Amino acid sequence: MTASPEKIRYRAEPSGALLIRPLDAMTLIYHRASGITHMVTEPVPEILEAMAGDALDAAELATRLSETFDLGGADDAAAIIADRLAELAELGLVSAVRG
Amino acid sequence: MQEFRLTVGPASFRLLSEWKKPLNQMRELYAEYPAADIPDFTVRLEAVNALRRFIRPSAAINGDYMLPDAAPLPIEQGLLALEMGMNLQMALGWRRQMILHASAAERGGKALIMTGESGSGKSTLSALLGINGWRFMGDEFALIDPVNGEAVPYPRLISLKNEAITAMQDGAADIRFGPLMKATPKGDIRHMVPPADAIAQMSKRANPALILFPRFGHDPAIRDMPPSETFMRLTQASTNYVALGEQGFEALTGLVQNVPARALDYRSGEEAMELVEKLWEELA
Repeated sequence: MTASPEKIRYRAEPSGALLIRPLDAMTLIYHRASGITHMVTEPVPEILEAMAGDALDAAELATRLSETFDLGGADDAAAIIADRLAELAELGLVSAVRG
Repeated sequence: MQEFRLTVGPASFRLLSEWKKPLNQMRELYAEYPAADIPDFTVRLEAVNALRRFIRPSAAINGDYMLPDAAPLPIEQGLLALEMGMNLQMALGWRRQMILHASAAERGGKALIMTGESGSGKSTLSALLGINGWRFMGDEFALIDPVNGEAVPYPRLISLKNEAITAMQDGAADIRFGPLMKATPKGDIRHMVPPADAIAQMSKRANPALILFPRFGHDPAIRDMPPSETFMRLTQASTNYVALGEQGFEALTGLVQNVPARALDYRSGEEAMELVEKLWEELA
């Protein structure tokens, strides 16, 4: 049985693995392991910062983000964040944590 | 094979050719450039096959770095073939600095970097600046030192195309030109020897102070370019950004964070020069 996307826990790449340079509306992220430069907008830098070194699922991350950002009381915040986490996992910037 | 060695800025080349003429043209045009003891790159002009050396001769460009599908050029364009071969070695093989496909000029110890598509006029503008009080630093590659961000000159011969040829021929009396090569794959081409100060000071670096994205053939306009757009365009203009890895990332982010950038539309060289001077006054 496949876990619901919102239940998958992810861990961000350790802080030393990424070089993050905010420019203007865009932020540059250099991923040392792959040598790839990513150009991202919000909420990606915010998500990576909020995750710190912890393994979190989408709901836990939504709770953590809501402490700093106004998520507008969105009921679907966890679902949206789950989508972003899945995209970040494809880029290699976060990894799904098993078990 | 005939041989000629030369140094352009930080890079040195050994040029080999089965034909004397293109090498003699290079010797004449690069007469003031230093020779090279241990060349970084070798470029060879070779006959496509043995008979082709004599019958409608055609030269294949070979070297340390090669494009497998590069079309051979007629030998009358041998000078262009050697220049293309040198560009190819730099674009594919150079690692000491970040390469931007851009022209550059210096004034007051500060460098102006101009980049854009082919036909944007970046080469002609750098040549015009070079005979109007600026030091010409290069018309093809701007080299950025990844450690300290300095622009390193690469003042190879200036490659003038089509209308720019007449514009520069009328512009100054004491300029030396190579042969006019008509109907090359890049249109009519004539090489111009950079001004004497550009060659004498080819080791003198300068800190980038303004980045311009010129575009020829549009009503005059200046547009601010945010650092993220500048970054994206410069990664596209760099031939070795990916190869330099983290060094390239640091060099390019440093450049776009510290140096203002503008898009510049213009209709004539004269108009562009006025706009460049104005922007330089305000921003550099």
